[in-house]
Amino acid sequence: MSTTLAKAAETVEYAARLDHVSKSFAGPGGQQLVLDDITLDVAPGEFVTLLGASGCGKSTLLNLVAGLDQPSAGSITTDGRPALMFQEHALFPWLTAGKNIELALKLRGVPKNDRRARAEELLELVRLKGAYGKRVHELSGGMRQRVALARALAQESQLLLMDEPFAALDAITRDVLHDELTRIWTETGLSVLFVTHNVREAVRLAQRVILLSSRPGRIAREWVVDIPQPRRIEDAPVAELSLEITDVLRGEIRRHGQH
Amino acid sequence: MASTETKSAADSGSVEAGLDALDGVTAAGRTPFARTFVDKILPPVLATVLLLVVWQIAFKVVDDPAKLVAPGDVWQTLKTAWLEGKLLGYIWTSVSRGLLGFLFALAIGTPLGLLVARVRFVRAAIGPILSGLQSLPSVAWVPPAVLWLGLNNSMMYAVILLGAVPSIANGLVSGVDQVPPLFLRAGRTMGATGVKGTVYITLPAALPGYVAGLKQGWAFSWRSLMAAEIIASFPDLGVGLGQLLENGRNASDMGMVFEAILLILFVGIAIDLLIFSPLERWVLRSRGLLVKG
Repeated sequence: MSTTLAKAAETVEYAARLDHVSKSFAGPGGQQLVLDDITLDVAPGEFVTLLGASGCGKSTLLNLVAGLDQPSAGSITTDGRPALMFQEHALFPWLTAGKNIELALKLRGVPKNDRRARAEELLELVRLKGAYGKRVHELSGGMRQRVALARALAQESQLLLMDEPFAALDAITRDVLHDELTRIWTETGLSVLFVTHNVREAVRLAQRVILLSSRPGRIAREWVVDIPQPRRIEDAPVAELSLEITDVLRGEIRRHGQH
Repeated sequence: MASTETKSAADSGSVEAGLDALDGVTAAGRTPFARTFVDKILPPVLATVLLLVVWQIAFKVVDDPAKLVAPGDVWQTLKTAWLEGKLLGYIWTSVSRGLLGFLFALAIGTPLGLLVARVRFVRAAIGPILSGLQSLPSVAWVPPAVLWLGLNNSMMYAVILLGAVPSIANGLVSGVDQVPPLFLRAGRTMGATGVKGTVYITLPAALPGYVAGLKQGWAFSWRSLMAAEIIASFPDLGVGLGQLLENGRNASDMGMVFEAILLILFVGIAIDLLIFSPLERWVLRSRGLLVKG
């Protein structure tokens, strides 16, 4: 398939390895296959987006990688427990922004005395200096997702899983957060597995875009995106590749209407 | 390349600061006193005045002191009890029993609720009974409690426990049931599983339901206690508000009866206003769940 995949397999270095992963759930008409034979490596420091229409099992796949659910067949290997960011911020409303981050540090075993400083550092990284004592409801949608990102970073995982984290934000805020995510990814050298149904977002962010077909979710195609960062969603190469991917995606979706 | 990178990053940084300023929730200023007075203080005062006027008119119409006394007469009864130094004694006898009983109920109801919420077998076994007990009037427990424990304070506490424990336990159960699954998933990805999950995620997330249960638990404690005091009034136990009411009935003293009823009502409201409402408001406000109307 692609060169990236082969290279990662050669060096055996990976942030996540999915080996012939399938998942089925008990449905009304017997077992329903949601994910079918997914084989995928995420290299250390790599940014991969999983793209697909409804019913492609993107979120199921992330849950499997996060260890929240077990695959029906195949195996998943990650280096430690990955951090996971959701579409909803999932911040705990009984804690302040800073304390949310500190809880992640505490659960990771960071000593009490170091937590505050580390939390402030992470808030600064997502440009929310001064938000330490803010309650979740006092923050805007974009700020909440940045605190959620800081909390995920507090887990110090090598792999960050993101489940459509910007889908509920307005377009202006989303653009800015794309810039932020690219900056933080560059600064931290994390591996990111990012799920979205937004083609341009996928191309804007990733080094590699993987298209999943729907029902069951299979890897349909993948593209290596070698447009230099920082990109903008309006850039001509981004738009061009997006168009190409959209056409393939629509072809995949069309097949479902035919039978 | 490097220069555009820094420029772009700096750009999005400043745009972000602007967005944050635009989107940020502006803190609501302090409500002026005049507004608070009109919104919060005036209505109940007017309602009370109206009630007193209606009461006075009803007294004139009924014109039978054995059936209805004037507000002024009840005031006199209260004043006499105060001057004789008995008023606070009545109140304290009942309030101390009520609060102590409530604390016992809290100590039993909380672990019980947690057990029912988390252990499937326990829930299937006693969950329905616990909900059913809430609809059983606690006054029904007074006769068996007297027979089991005799006429003493233990009997009173037993009745309070049987009234309040189900409310407190059920409040915690419904609080735990209503914890959004997203919080549990987020907690699990952060390593909060098992006991850690309960301590750091489930219990704090269930706090609003638990506090609602405590509030109801207090109301049930107080009612149970009054039922116990009225039915099992016994001079050696000291005169609480329930006994005062029963004494009033025995003496056919309408003034004393009304005095007792007003005091029971007053204590119930006061404890709620002083302890449980502030607790509930604090929990809800800190989570942004209390909308300033």
